[in-house]
Amino acid sequence: MQIELRDIRKYFGPVKANDGINLTFEGGHIYGLLGENGAGKSTLMKILSGFQPPDVGEILFDGQPQRFASPADALEKGIGMLYQDPLDVPAFSVKDNYLLGRDRRIVLDYNLASRELQEMTSRFDFQLDLGTTIDNLSLGERQQLELARLLVGGAQVLILDEPTTGISAEQKEVLFGSMRKLAREEGKTLILVSHKLEEVQELCDHAMVLQRGKLVGKLDIPCRTEDLVEMMFGQVPERSERSDYEFGEPVLELVDLQVPTYRLTVKDVNLSVKAGEVFGLAGLEGSGQRLLLQACTGLQHPDRGKILLEGKDVGGWPYHRMQDARVGYVAAGRLEEGLVAGLTLEEHVELAKPKHSFFINRKELATKTESQIEQFQIVGRPDSNADELSGGNQQRLLFALLRENLKLILLEHPTRGLDVRSSNWIWEQLYLRREEGTAIIFMSSDLDEIFERSDRIAVFSGGVMSRILETKETSVDEIGHLIGGQA
Amino acid sequence: MMDNIAIVLILASVVRESTPLIIAVCGEILTERSGVVNLSLDGSMLMAAMTGFVVAFETDNIWFGFLAGAAIGALFAFIVAFGSIRLKQSQFAIGFVLALLGGDLSAFLGQNYTRIPGPVVTHLPIPYLKEIPIIGPILFNQNPVVYFAYILVIVSWFWLFRTQAGLRLRSAGDRPEAGFARGVGINYQRYLYTLIGGSLVGIAGASYSLSIKIGWSEGITGGLGWIALAIVIFGGWSPVRGMFGALLFGGAKALATIMQRAFPEVSVVAFNALPWVLMILVLLLVGSDFSERIVTIAPKSLQRPLQRLLRMSPPQALGSTFVED
Amino acid sequence: MNTSRWLRWVWPAVPIAGALVVTSLLLVLFGAAPLEAFQAMYDGAFGDQSKTLSVLAFWVPLLLASTGLLVTFRAGLWNIGIEGQIVMGAVAASWIALSVEAPSAILIALEIVVAMLAGALWAALSAVLKTRGNVHEIFSGLALNGIAIILTNYLISGPWQPPEGGSFRGTQPFQPGAILPLFENSRFSPLSLLLAVIAFILVVVALRGTFWGLKLKAIGQNLRSAFLLGVSSEREMILAMMFCGALAGLGGAVRTLSWFDSLRQSISGGIGFMALMVVMLANYNAFLVPFIAFFFSMVLRGSLTLQLRTQLHSSLGGILTELMVLFVLLFGDWKKLALFRNKGDDG
Repeated sequence: MQIELRDIRKYFGPVKANDGINLTFEGGHIYGLLGENGAGKSTLMKILSGFQPPDVGEILFDGQPQRFASPADALEKGIGMLYQDPLDVPAFSVKDNYLLGRDRRIVLDYNLASRELQEMTSRFDFQLDLGTTIDNLSLGERQQLELARLLVGGAQVLILDEPTTGISAEQKEVLFGSMRKLAREEGKTLILVSHKLEEVQELCDHAMVLQRGKLVGKLDIPCRTEDLVEMMFGQVPERSERSDYEFGEPVLELVDLQVPTYRLTVKDVNLSVKAGEVFGLAGLEGSGQRLLLQACTGLQHPDRGKILLEGKDVGGWPYHRMQDARVGYVAAGRLEEGLVAGLTLEEHVELAKPKHSFFINRKELATKTESQIEQFQIVGRPDSNADELSGGNQQRLLFALLRENLKLILLEHPTRGLDVRSSNWIWEQLYLRREEGTAIIFMSSDLDEIFERSDRIAVFSGGVMSRILETKETSVDEIGHLIGGQA
Repeated sequence: MMDNIAIVLILASVVRESTPLIIAVCGEILTERSGVVNLSLDGSMLMAAMTGFVVAFETDNIWFGFLAGAAIGALFAFIVAFGSIRLKQSQFAIGFVLALLGGDLSAFLGQNYTRIPGPVVTHLPIPYLKEIPIIGPILFNQNPVVYFAYILVIVSWFWLFRTQAGLRLRSAGDRPEAGFARGVGINYQRYLYTLIGGSLVGIAGASYSLSIKIGWSEGITGGLGWIALAIVIFGGWSPVRGMFGALLFGGAKALATIMQRAFPEVSVVAFNALPWVLMILVLLLVGSDFSERIVTIAPKSLQRPLQRLLRMSPPQALGSTFVED
Repeated sequence: MNTSRWLRWVWPAVPIAGALVVTSLLLVLFGAAPLEAFQAMYDGAFGDQSKTLSVLAFWVPLLLASTGLLVTFRAGLWNIGIEGQIVMGAVAASWIALSVEAPSAILIALEIVVAMLAGALWAALSAVLKTRGNVHEIFSGLALNGIAIILTNYLISGPWQPPEGGSFRGTQPFQPGAILPLFENSRFSPLSLLLAVIAFILVVVALRGTFWGLKLKAIGQNLRSAFLLGVSSEREMILAMMFCGALAGLGGAVRTLSWFDSLRQSISGGIGFMALMVVMLANYNAFLVPFIAFFFSMVLRGSLTLQLRTQLHSSLGGILTELMVLFVLLFGDWKKLALFRNKGDDG
């Protein structure tokens, strides 16, 4: 079966998530869909799998236009998608989950479920415990189950969204083995949405790269990694001359740090950041950078190793204590984890003050807010609500709310979604801070930003931090390789 | 202290008196499994009790009375569902006001019918089954409403856990996105089971004035609606466990009356407060990972059945709204 | 657009009018003339001095409870347990009244303090269950309400029963020195009104002008952001509940120490639930609360006279108020009703 996507466009307000994409997929092949965060891969695949309709454009099966009413409808017509967090029901048993939406009979046929699942597991060498509940399964096992369900449901085209994040190496082998079998022996079409260049090269026949909603290139595999990197990340611009800055004493030291969570564990982190230094954490989402930043603020706690703030052991200190110890944190979700949508600028300024009087001094607050607005060039009035501001101004507000004389500032994606002017302005502020002696650690998925702004860089991949690189001595290629998972 | 006959009689009356609670609990379980909390139970039951009695009295047909009660229960439930799904207001607020309104409205509308004797559900012992030693007289020497409750528990359990329809219902309450991806109409499920559950609650209310007590009077259900909400939780949203919870509650009340003679001071407080204390304890259990820790400590062979038994968690999407794209 | 703005102003009156219409229909159904009935209600509330005083006496605890709820609603909490907090305040005040011997002023001061403490602690139970145990405050509130009532019934029929034998109506009457100073020979205590007004003013000032009020507002809207900005979310939730519990407890004490002369079975009289409705109807706007609470008191007192005159059940008053809240909840937000939805609106 041949699938064609013709001039697909999808807009979310002013954002062009998909801006005129044309692609064709043939049966029996494995395709890799590559691109940075926000490139439009997930949107495109959600359209293809029936989760949402395109604003413009068509999907054609063997030349026949198709319209999907829902993901279930799409599955009936042959397209199934395996989500990064599979859409299963954690409280259900394996068989119940399998049978949901599966057959038309009134009473559940557990024998049918057993038979079909057994067949699947032996065909692809899955090791599934059929008698337990979904929330007892690991992510890899849940994927296998979902895959089985989609195949039995009649999927000829399978889309897999970031399937290898969070599963073990053995499970990955099993998954790739089953994908090869499905394509080569059964003539199915497989689309792998991924960041990991190495895996795309290992598994796929063709690679397609999206950037900012557009298709920027197609390559047949095998191909050179450099070509893929270039397509994904573009050329590195001329780097502006950066003045050498004298660093001070180490502000933050991480020794053999390990931070465990359900999804991911960050291991063996050794790092030292000096006063006035800007340290960049590169890598794709979910690789551990955020976890590390949160550990440094006290939002997550390590179970091994040490965190030293100016020599003092602060591992295990709660967030507010770290805040008082002059560690600042700016999260990525401005309205989810930073600002309160319905509160005004004035109210935010008052909340962020380190010391408070019982009564709010309205006049003093108004003056202070006005001066903050001026200093940080926020487009908004003191009585505007936080959600009335544009993204750039929200970020400026978050900066205005940071306390003075911080020892350490931790930032997630400081310029995400901002235009060039705002981004430059943010960094001007950060450099001002660093001249006061503040150490800065930030994470970003924008390689340009990482390069231009950091003094030193480390790359995260699968919870593991690479060796530390001096920006002056490295290149985009090297970063790209590290992101892709090669040492 | 007491002879066998007396014990049997007491147990039989516990079963009889717990029946409305069992029916209401099953109804609310269905509603909450779809993701909707119907806080109006107390008012809805009172309105159903009053309406059921009036209709039965006027038409001289007890089954019309039950039908009327079911309709009232469905109406109250519909308002909660509509208000929350379509009008996007708080389920809690609407349900809460309806709970109060049902009480006052029933008192007002039923004022001319208080303390009048009316039709009562007739006793209906089942011929051979009632002869079974001990269980017979307790379970099978009852009225049709009680038998309806037995059937309801079995049917609703089977429906929830052994049918495709039950899976669809549960997906709406547990993970609507997954249900939606499998072709389940989430809001449809919520409307449907809120109505069905509400009707059952209405039947339970009607049985209060047509079976448990003879005739209508203000506040006849004695706060039962709130207790039903509690029992849904400490029955872990499962009909069978809910039934045991209701029986436990009924039994506690009976025990309280007996013990009152022996230990007048302690018994009343202790046994009446028991369901509430239990509810808090169960909620604590549900909110923590205590039950998971128990399962990991238990011997391997017991782990699976233990886990199934202790599975007390609420439908994950309970109380939230789902927007279909 | 002119129609749209005019509609926005006028619209809130529609559900209220609707409630009046339905109530009138009910009256007609039962053979009473609506105008006469409403007249009876008015007379019942303001007919003579004693009636007006009884409206005030009901208004005070209702205002106290509603004021407390303003705080918890601001923090995003559904304090259904307020009934129990009122009851426990009454119980605590009764305990002092029945067991302590002291000059009246000291006795009363003690009763008030203990009542507020009891209400605060009872509320703290719900709050800690929520922050530490993830138990939703609606359910812990219901449970604690139930337990408080059971406790009260036990005390009334047991240890605190009147000397002539348990009557299940109330405990033995309190010593005269324990009762709040009453106005002439009514059961209304001006002191309680003073306390309620002070409490209300304090809360309004606190919510608008203090840092504490701002913290609550932040928590109620976005717990996570508030936390990241430096607010101790857990602690503030517990404090907010305790504050409301204290005011509720005071309301219970006022009831049992002025309107009644003993601890009664119906000590709360549904005031807690009514207070929830008052605040909902006021759309959480503090300034409307005293007026709406007064209106509720008026209607409730008036319906007793209604019952006397028309032989109709006094629950009509409750029906009117509940219908108002219901209709405002369902139809009050005309934007959500989407009557004039433009194409391309968020949907």
